[in-house]
Amino acid sequence: MARQLRLSSPASASSLFNRLQLDDDLEADVRDLYASTETRDLFVTVDDPKKHVSTMETYITYRVSTKTTRIEFDLPEYCVRRRYQDFDWLRIKLEDSQPTHLIPPLPEKFVMKGVVDRFSEEFVETRMKALDKFLKRVADHPVLSFNPHLNAFLSVKDLNKRQGLALLTKVGESVKHVAGGYKLRARPAEFCAMGEYLDTFSQKLGTIDRIAQRILKEQSEYLTELREYGTVYSSWATSEEELQRPLEGVASCVKTCCGALEDQSESMSQDFLPVLREYVLYIESMKNVLRKRDQTQAEYEGRLEAAILRKQEDRTPMPVEVEKCQDKVECFNADLKADWERWQSNKRQDFKQLLTGMADRNINHYEKCQAAWESLITLLQDKQTEDKTSETN
Amino acid sequence: MDPEAYRIPLIHIWAHNHLQPMREGPNDITTRACAQQSRAVPSLSASSADKQQHLGGGQMMMADSGSTEEVAVIGNTDITSAESENNIINTMVERGTALLRKMEINVAEAEKRTGKNTVNMQETYTVYLIETRPAETIPEGAMPAAPDTLWRRYSEFELLRTYLLVTFPYIIIPPLPEKRAEFVWHKLSADNLDPDFVERRRVGLENFLLRVASHPVLSNDQIFFLFLTEEKGWREAVLDTGFQDKVDSRLKSLSAMFRVKNPDKRFTALKQYSDELNTVISQLLRVRARVADRMYGVYKVHGNYGRVFSEWSAIEKEMGDGLQSAGHHMDTYAASIDDILEEEEHYADQLKEYLFYTDAVRSVCRKNELIQYELEMEVQDLAHKKQQKEELLTGTVRIFSLKGMTSKLFGQESQEQRESRVAALDQSIHEGEETVLQKNKECKEFVRSAWEDIERFKEQKDKDLREALISYAIMQISMCKKGIQVWSNAKECFNKM
Repeated sequence: MARQLRLSSPASASSLFNRLQLDDDLEADVRDLYASTETRDLFVTVDDPKKHVSTMETYITYRVSTKTTRIEFDLPEYCVRRRYQDFDWLRIKLEDSQPTHLIPPLPEKFVMKGVVDRFSEEFVETRMKALDKFLKRVADHPVLSFNPHLNAFLSVKDLNKRQGLALLTKVGESVKHVAGGYKLRARPAEFCAMGEYLDTFSQKLGTIDRIAQRILKEQSEYLTELREYGTVYSSWATSEEELQRPLEGVASCVKTCCGALEDQSESMSQDFLPVLREYVLYIESMKNVLRKRDQTQAEYEGRLEAAILRKQEDRTPMPVEVEKCQDKVECFNADLKADWERWQSNKRQDFKQLLTGMADRNINHYEKCQAAWESLITLLQDKQTEDKTSETN
Repeated sequence: MDPEAYRIPLIHIWAHNHLQPMREGPNDITTRACAQQSRAVPSLSASSADKQQHLGGGQMMMADSGSTEEVAVIGNTDITSAESENNIINTMVERGTALLRKMEINVAEAEKRTGKNTVNMQETYTVYLIETRPAETIPEGAMPAAPDTLWRRYSEFELLRTYLLVTFPYIIIPPLPEKRAEFVWHKLSADNLDPDFVERRRVGLENFLLRVASHPVLSNDQIFFLFLTEEKGWREAVLDTGFQDKVDSRLKSLSAMFRVKNPDKRFTALKQYSDELNTVISQLLRVRARVADRMYGVYKVHGNYGRVFSEWSAIEKEMGDGLQSAGHHMDTYAASIDDILEEEEHYADQLKEYLFYTDAVRSVCRKNELIQYELEMEVQDLAHKKQQKEELLTGTVRIFSLKGMTSKLFGQESQEQRESRVAALDQSIHEGEETVLQKNKECKEFVRSAWEDIERFKEQKDKDLREALISYAIMQISMCKKGIQVWSNAKECFNKM
């Protein structure tokens, strides 16, 4: 195998062994990437949000817990506190050091101060879940999880010192990838297909987001009317004798249904929509990676062309840079394909979970309502049989 | 007599909700036989294919609910929404008036007619077919006898009702279904010629007839009987009763302002209750219409999921099938609201009936006030006359009278004149006493018979509205079950993604 192994990942012994075993069959590689991650040896969790108030600012930190058996870590367990900006640092570092890989997205950085309460329970909860997801995705990735920056993130007590040059380096590094204006000749079909898929998928997710929001709006208006509806029954009950209890019963049922609907709406708003939106970000990340790949290929093609011309002129051998570029392209393509496959697989799981969650919420709502009405009928019919027996007596 | 014989075969109401006469089908016999079974068992075996055939209007519940979906199983009682509504009619019928023992009544069809009206202009109106047949059990396998039929239009029903109002002022006369659709939620048409409206009106008219036919007093009225049996001669018969004269005076008196000195407390309370009920049911109907609108919106938006899942499934490999099927379930969900709301109109109609009943109750209270007032006037008048007589006899003038003054001015009247005046007064007083006695009797009789009917009405109202609430709850349960079903199906599809 002439191809050099990627430098950025000090792979664990087992996965390294696996890779060496195989020949150049990419698909086998991909399968093995899965295999190595199934025997999990790195577990991360983000929880326990806490508010910190200092003279300069107020912010939230989250507890990041790690359990691992990997030798790359000094200890088997870690527990550190991190804030959003730390996650952002990690992401930037990963993007820079693993340009050929898809880095999972973070939840939105900026929120409009007047519109969203950054310290409200719901916002913090939603954000925390997204950060947890981000970290888990990184930890599950066969290459990214071995990144030293991740190691630092999970283990170092005080990250602040390391962060110093983060912003500057971000600018610097990304400039590197806007390679000198090379134009891409022919994008391989599979990458074209990926691009098209992402565009359409992104569009569909946007539509689903809009539909979900519209449903929430309609439900909210429905809820308003339903509440009033219940109170009219209560009001009616006050002028009745025999019918007082049945009418109160109906009013109570309606109220229960209102509560159930409120719960469902809240749940959709907090669990469904954010995950949907985060996937749109994920798609953007993936598109970025595709673009970078295109750049890399373009650069290679450009250099190759130039080298060929020169060779024709003065018979100089193929420069090493060109070979390096070729390697880069091949590595990039391989990494991308592998990441794509796992992304697709994860996407399938994620959406399965998301949509079944939505179905469950709706089922749950209807079950609550049904139970309420059924208990009312028992009440009403009991009274009926009571009346009948007293009549016949 | 077999008590089953005068149980109205409820299936007639249901089986005729489409616009073709379907009397002679085997369905009638089986469904009829089943209707005679214990109320608690929904057992009809009509297949769903039959169901499709018969449900022209689409919105009414068959007494048959072969599928278990619509059965709410609570304790040991299986009851469907249709059954619950049928219970109301059963209650009516169980009273077993003489009329209902003799005949079955239903309003079978509606048809459009055009004709010239009173100002010689062409108009389109709807006529309703009233069917009556002798009430008797049909032996197994035999065909039921063909019914007698006649056509009536809404205005004739109105005429009948006016007649009853005037003739039985102490009875709470059952109301007619509304002339124009009110309290509609936006999807429902407010057009009088809309087939769904016509259909619901048909049911309302049948209900009106059954209410009258099951009333212990009203069912014996000859004009009512003729309404059911004499197509041509009825109008004359009604007018012959001379009730029209009473109509004018009744209208005048009911709208007149007068104050009763000693109002009957029970009637006052009843009037107040009736007004409260009117207000609250109006409010309920209004809000319900708004709720229906909103619910419609929620369901329909879900249909968009169907479209987008379908589009999305096109770019997916493994996920495609699951998404596509789930999309279909979303479409089903969105479509299900139409039937749900159509069914809920039933409930609204039941409420409306009692809303309109409050007007009838109010009328009876007003009539009582009027009679009371008239009695008080007569009593006052009599007292006045007696006083006059006393003054004449004692010579004191406490009450101003022109005669008195003129006699003062122009000289004392003769003994003869005085005696004739006293005699006239005596006569008047005697008549007055008779009148008061009569009015008193009338008043007492009115109060007695009115209150009897009011007690009957109260009982009926409590039972009917309770049934209505039960059937509403059953509808809600059915809606929940449908929702669970659809989302469970969708979940299964998602799981297969």
